[in-house]
Amino acid sequence: MAEYVAHSHDEHKDADGHGPSFYIKIWAILLVLFAISVIGPEFGHRTVTLITAFGIALVKAYMVAVNFMHIKHERKYIPYIMFAMLGMVFLFYIAVSTDVQATSGTNWENAAAKAIIEENKDFEHHLEH
Amino acid sequence: MGTTTPIATTRSVTGMPTGRLAVWWVIGSEIVIFGGLLMCYLMLRLKFPHWALNSSHTNTFAGGVNTFVLLTSSLSIVLAHYYAERKEELKAFGLIWATIFGGLCFLVIKGIEWTTEIQNGFTITSSLFWSFYYTAAGLHALHVIAGMCLMGWISIDVLQKKNMHRVELIGIYWHFVDLVWIFLFPLLYIAK
Repeated sequence: MAEYVAHSHDEHKDADGHGPSFYIKIWAILLVLFAISVIGPEFGHRTVTLITAFGIALVKAYMVAVNFMHIKHERKYIPYIMFAMLGMVFLFYIAVSTDVQATSGTNWENAAAKAIIEENKDFEHHLEH
Repeated sequence: MGTTTPIATTRSVTGMPTGRLAVWWVIGSEIVIFGGLLMCYLMLRLKFPHWALNSSHTNTFAGGVNTFVLLTSSLSIVLAHYYAERKEELKAFGLIWATIFGGLCFLVIKGIEWTTEIQNGFTITSSLFWSFYYTAAGLHALHVIAGMCLMGWISIDVLQKKNMHRVELIGIYWHFVDLVWIFLFPLLYIAK
């Protein structure tokens, strides 16, 4: 008895109208980006690693959201809700990272974290060179 | 009563089908769950650069193969949606099961990977890095299992040409599962 809700799909048909070849092309581009994100960090350069691994992850996420999830063709409030959620996550990071990433502050000291960092100082020195 | 279409399936107070709105709502909450977890990981990873030593023991090849598997399964579910829209139920059914197979491959590879790591002494209690590794990857794997179960259920309806719109809904969810992995992969496997 349950019927296919035609109006939801008509919205999509009008908005994108893509066929299988389009989706296969997007998949192939995603695979190329994936290959770059694996090869890039092999150079061992911090900036190249950041761009190829994390920068490309952002590009891939955008491509999946736009071309596979069709977020562009949703009601405007859907991307707004998603960005609001992402905003919450970044707000959380900004609010607590300064304390979490420090080992001491006004009237407090994280002795355990300091000890761990001290123990692994040689490794950090190795990373810098 | 039992065979009628649920009101939520057809009602569209918000200008879009309620089912689709619900899926986006779930994804909004998932962004905060995974985002919070990944931000905590990022903060501590920046605080303790020696975590790179731990992450050098993760299996990049297995993580890479799983990325390929999930990207491919995203393609199969988007194609299933395409054929469901055209009411080609056999093609949609086959592609849904191809996606389930992709999820199964992902879990098998993950199982092999975890078994090797545990045998090498890297357990969830080994260090904070490994706690994050097993929690984040485990939570993601639970989402893969949930997606596979839902797809299996939806595929039965698809064969009977019932509730075809649900292929799109599970597709949106599955692409999100893929999105989470797109960020987990560089964080846990690449940044060494």
